[in-house]
Amino acid sequence: MTSLLTATSSPAVDTRPAEAAPRRRGGARLEWIAVHSLAIAAALFFVLPFVFVFFTALMSDQQALTRDLWPRPWQWDNLSTVWHSPGFLTWWKNSIMYAVLGTALTLVSSIPVAYALARFRFRGRNLALMVVISTMMLPPQVVIVPMYLFWARQLGLSGTLWPLIIPMAFGDAFTIFLLRQFLLTIPKEYVDAAKVDGCGDVKALVRVVLPMARPAIAATALFQFFYCWNDYFGPQIYASDNPGAWTLSYGLESFKSLHQTNWNLTMAATLLVMAPVIVIFFFAQKAFIEGVTLTGVKG
Amino acid sequence: MTTRNAVPATSYTLQKRRRRDGLRTVAFLSPWLVGAGLFFGYPLAATVYFSFMKYDGFTPPTWNGLDNWTYVFTDYPFFWPAMRNTLWLVVVMVTARVVFGLGIGLLITKVKLGAGWFRTAFYLPYLAPPVAATLAFVFLLNPGTGPVNHLVGSVGLPQPGWFNDPAWSKPALTLLALWGVGDLMVIFMASLLDVPKEQYEAAELDHAGPWQRFRFITLPNISPIVLFAVVTGVIQTMQYYTQPLVAAKVASGVIGRPGQSFEPGYPEKSTLTLPHLVYNLGFQRFDTGSACVVALVLFGLAMAFTAVLMRRGSGFLSAEER
Repeated sequence: MTSLLTATSSPAVDTRPAEAAPRRRGGARLEWIAVHSLAIAAALFFVLPFVFVFFTALMSDQQALTRDLWPRPWQWDNLSTVWHSPGFLTWWKNSIMYAVLGTALTLVSSIPVAYALARFRFRGRNLALMVVISTMMLPPQVVIVPMYLFWARQLGLSGTLWPLIIPMAFGDAFTIFLLRQFLLTIPKEYVDAAKVDGCGDVKALVRVVLPMARPAIAATALFQFFYCWNDYFGPQIYASDNPGAWTLSYGLESFKSLHQTNWNLTMAATLLVMAPVIVIFFFAQKAFIEGVTLTGVKG
Repeated sequence: MTTRNAVPATSYTLQKRRRRDGLRTVAFLSPWLVGAGLFFGYPLAATVYFSFMKYDGFTPPTWNGLDNWTYVFTDYPFFWPAMRNTLWLVVVMVTARVVFGLGIGLLITKVKLGAGWFRTAFYLPYLAPPVAATLAFVFLLNPGTGPVNHLVGSVGLPQPGWFNDPAWSKPALTLLALWGVGDLMVIFMASLLDVPKEQYEAAELDHAGPWQRFRFITLPNISPIVLFAVVTGVIQTMQYYTQPLVAAKVASGVIGRPGQSFEPGYPEKSTLTLPHLVYNLGFQRFDTGSACVVALVLFGLAMAFTAVLMRRGSGFLSAEER
């Protein structure tokens, strides 16, 4: 990737049309060079940490402590050592379960709420919206003490991930807000037309609105999936005393203590936790960028 | 929820329709109505209640008035360090992220060659799972063996202790936060592309230099987004939990040994944040009442900034609500 980026710095490929007047041509070229050099410097800052992690993950444990940057020899075994180390596969499964179930439940419960907040006129709608935004902005630690007592003492569910998954069947504020923002942009006429054709509200939502909202739904699904995948606080509160219920994000940290000075294995594990996120990103880049833009929204 | 405006008695069908609409609204909202009550309203009320109780989470709570409040504000050794750290993070980290995010956003709108590659490279770190990213940075910034200090040392610069030095732990966290600036980059990029081209052309005719164009055209056009970025940055700081905790645990080297409970803040309370205190008090010291006091302080701060966002953050709510 680096070589690809460096290739772009060559000013010889400036094929800009004559829009730049002869007098300013030198200035424009200088700006072009400055912009692309800066971009390369920035790219190094963003990419090098990944490169270091990748190389270190494939070193021997002694070499990981040296100044070397290039693995010699390449220990691809590190990845399988990590993969087969105790707990890792279980944490992987738990992460998938948490993320997939959590995302599905969130979408099913949040879509109708977002639709109602975007389309229906009713008293208290603005108040409802304000409560949604407030809960979205609330640090999870604010209500954790009573929530823990509720799930652990009343329902005996500590040591599992259910206290994190079940609430997602009751709507997620961030998802509701984001979907609502998008649904507002769908012209009302589409729903009205469907109703003239005899569709009820549910049918109009499922048949007409949802297909049009697919990009927003994809974006919120990705965000929710990543939220679950990355969650550290939740598993720490509810599952810390049962390693069988840990997720990758939570287990990864204990991995470091297991392999005290083995930075190579720790970085290999880090790589394996990052990998799914990176793979998903490359497949769904567009949905992501649109989703992030949606959060900042419509200036 | 049903609308009870002055409905003429004659329009019976209209009334019926309104009632049906009201039921429909409640039906659509029902998952969230239950959820907001059960997972927001109830626990918030319980938090207020517990904050006036002596409660260890096991024996029945007993009333102790303002004792928890005075304990947290005067005797609890972690509270003021956490407040000071939060202030530091708001002033330095949030500012740095907004300025850097805007800079990267400007840069990416100017890049002509390989723009897609650059955008991906700039955005990707934002997606790195926080625990993984933190582990990576603790390794990179490891004072003894990390590659960053190797590089810094080879050009003759001083080699800081980063996550192991109380003076450098927050700058190290700031570096980590700057690495994940992709969300702000995308938001700024979108808003920069929305600035009307004609304004730049007009400025060019007036011989405005690059700085003047930025100052008098770009900045006024994107100021709502800058405000949005600052306020959401502050709110995110109130929630800042995983990165400082994992960094402290890993850098101190005490994680995960059985029976050893890690008090957050290593080194020397320099990475303590307010959410850590809720965990420390409620789940490590079993002082549920005081944990709830900190939770309420956190609630107050988060809500104050959310109010700013809803009032001033034009663009945050669509035109319909304003």
